[in-house]
Amino acid sequence: MNNVYYGKLIFELSKEGRCGYSLPKNELGQYKLEDMPAHLMRDEAPALPQVDELTVVRHYTNMSNNNFGVDTGFYPLGSCTMKYNPKINEEMCNHHAFTGLHPLQDPSTVQGALEVYSNLQYSLAEISGLSEFTLNPFAGAHGELTGLMVMKSYHLSRGDEKRTKVIIPDSAHGTNPASAAVCGFNVVVVKSRPDGTVDVEDLRPLLDDTIAGMMMTNPNTLGIFEHNIAEIAQLVHEAGGLMYYDGANLNPMLGMCRPGDLGFDIMHINLHKTFSTPHGGGGPGSGPVGVREGLEQFLPNPRVVADEETMSFKVVSNDESLGSVSGFLGNFGVIMRAYAYILTLGKENLRMVGPLATLNANYIKECLKDCYELPIEGVCKHEFVFDGLKDKSTEVTTLDVAKRLLDYGYHAPTIYFPLLFHQALMIEPTENESKETLDGFIEVMRTIAREASETPELVKTAPHNTPVRRLDDTLAALHPVVTYTELVADNQ
Amino acid sequence: MSKILEGLYYSESHEYVKVEGNIGFIGITDYAQHELGNVVYVDVPEVDDEVTAGEEFGAVESVKAASDLMSPVSGTVIEVNEALEDEPGLVNKDAFENWIIKVEISDLGELDNLMTAEAYKAFIGE
Repeated sequence: MNNVYYGKLIFELSKEGRCGYSLPKNELGQYKLEDMPAHLMRDEAPALPQVDELTVVRHYTNMSNNNFGVDTGFYPLGSCTMKYNPKINEEMCNHHAFTGLHPLQDPSTVQGALEVYSNLQYSLAEISGLSEFTLNPFAGAHGELTGLMVMKSYHLSRGDEKRTKVIIPDSAHGTNPASAAVCGFNVVVVKSRPDGTVDVEDLRPLLDDTIAGMMMTNPNTLGIFEHNIAEIAQLVHEAGGLMYYDGANLNPMLGMCRPGDLGFDIMHINLHKTFSTPHGGGGPGSGPVGVREGLEQFLPNPRVVADEETMSFKVVSNDESLGSVSGFLGNFGVIMRAYAYILTLGKENLRMVGPLATLNANYIKECLKDCYELPIEGVCKHEFVFDGLKDKSTEVTTLDVAKRLLDYGYHAPTIYFPLLFHQALMIEPTENESKETLDGFIEVMRTIAREASETPELVKTAPHNTPVRRLDDTLAALHPVVTYTELVADNQ
Repeated sequence: MSKILEGLYYSESHEYVKVEGNIGFIGITDYAQHELGNVVYVDVPEVDDEVTAGEEFGAVESVKAASDLMSPVSGTVIEVNEALEDEPGLVNKDAFENWIIKVEISDLGELDNLMTAEAYKAFIGE
């Protein structure tokens, strides 16, 4: 890891009169600024940095060295499926046949791009066991909102206005209740059993004709497969509700088990998790939404459909749709990458993703459960949760362990989620990692557990080797400095 | 070991109510503030708002998580602790001293649904 912190702003490197370009000789004569209408003129020149090319290159190279990503090191961030982004995806989406397209072009001139869109819809439908997909939503939570809008449209189309509640397990991702609230639903929480799965007996009394549906992820956020899913789906359907599948944990299911076959009616997929497109840094992501037969008319406009007669692809809209959730057809570059990933692996190899992700997670879990508290025994799927260190005699918390991991060059796992366990430490290695990488991580986690018992102060004050030491996140939350002028004022 | 005060009433969602006559001082327990970590924001209702037992009346946000505040009793808000607006960390300093809202309790019978100090101690496993 680069140990020298680079924290300069490009504006601090600016020197009056310096530049990194040389314009050709002006052969057209001087444009008279006085001829410009006054209301189009700026009052003063824009404050652009004046820097030479080498300074710009060094600046951004140094900035990129401050970053940590899957290309730099192991990134076991539970629930986020930080898998490697194969470079062939980049090659495909950077092909000149796609990069020069404009979304306002006539569909007849972008048939290749529409074919990719249509083929990915078809692939996702087959993988998930649902009937139709839209690829328009820009991210997972956007997909959740779109899916819930489908749910709402379905009930309203039947004139059923009583259904105002959505049931969500207490182990759910925080986005679930947030999306439901944004969509205008009230959230009803169903409790988990000690093994982390939904308590069917707690669910029964919640079901009536005010329930619009239930949101679930399977395997759940503890990495445990919900064995009662068929019964749960049946109960919700009998009450007239729909089943929503949060696709955050789809990875271990690929080609092994399909949400549509488990009784789910609507789902979203995070292409930036399960289908290897870049993840983090604020996007771009993609959250395709799929529905079972009978709900496709509610999917957002516009839609891409294949016209088999003319062997062409059309962009269509329909009146029953919930409306539009995005400009045009979503993040096409991401769609292209996910499609490249699916074709690169092919059907047989896609089936290997789940078992290998599951094997890796279980390997780490079994190798560490003697020094970290494992609240739920048994085989997990692609991820699992420790409840802090086994040795509770010290004051060392999950936060300290996570910070100490940075010293050893690893990205920290997800911490303090799910909320069911107070010292939650959630590890998801993905299928990408070799046994050597997993063994290296296990060794370090064991070392940290030993340090926590023998030299707790070392762990409590970590990180020590990173360019920036432990940050005061309370101060940052209370007095955030978010602009350059504030920073300058603070430094003075 | 968290601090638990005798004579207060406790809810399963870790709020306490200290009762004086028909006035209740509602806050989060010492155990709750410890689990939450440094509190950075407390969202409170307004004076004259109605609160209902078992229902949300605000939220507390820490560096670790944001949690809804559930009212242990029903009634009308007669005062909010305005000091928490500038200094939410007071909750961490002393959760029992720094109550969040003061409520005129409409049904003292609801207190029977809450836990005593002893029961709450057992509930949090200490």
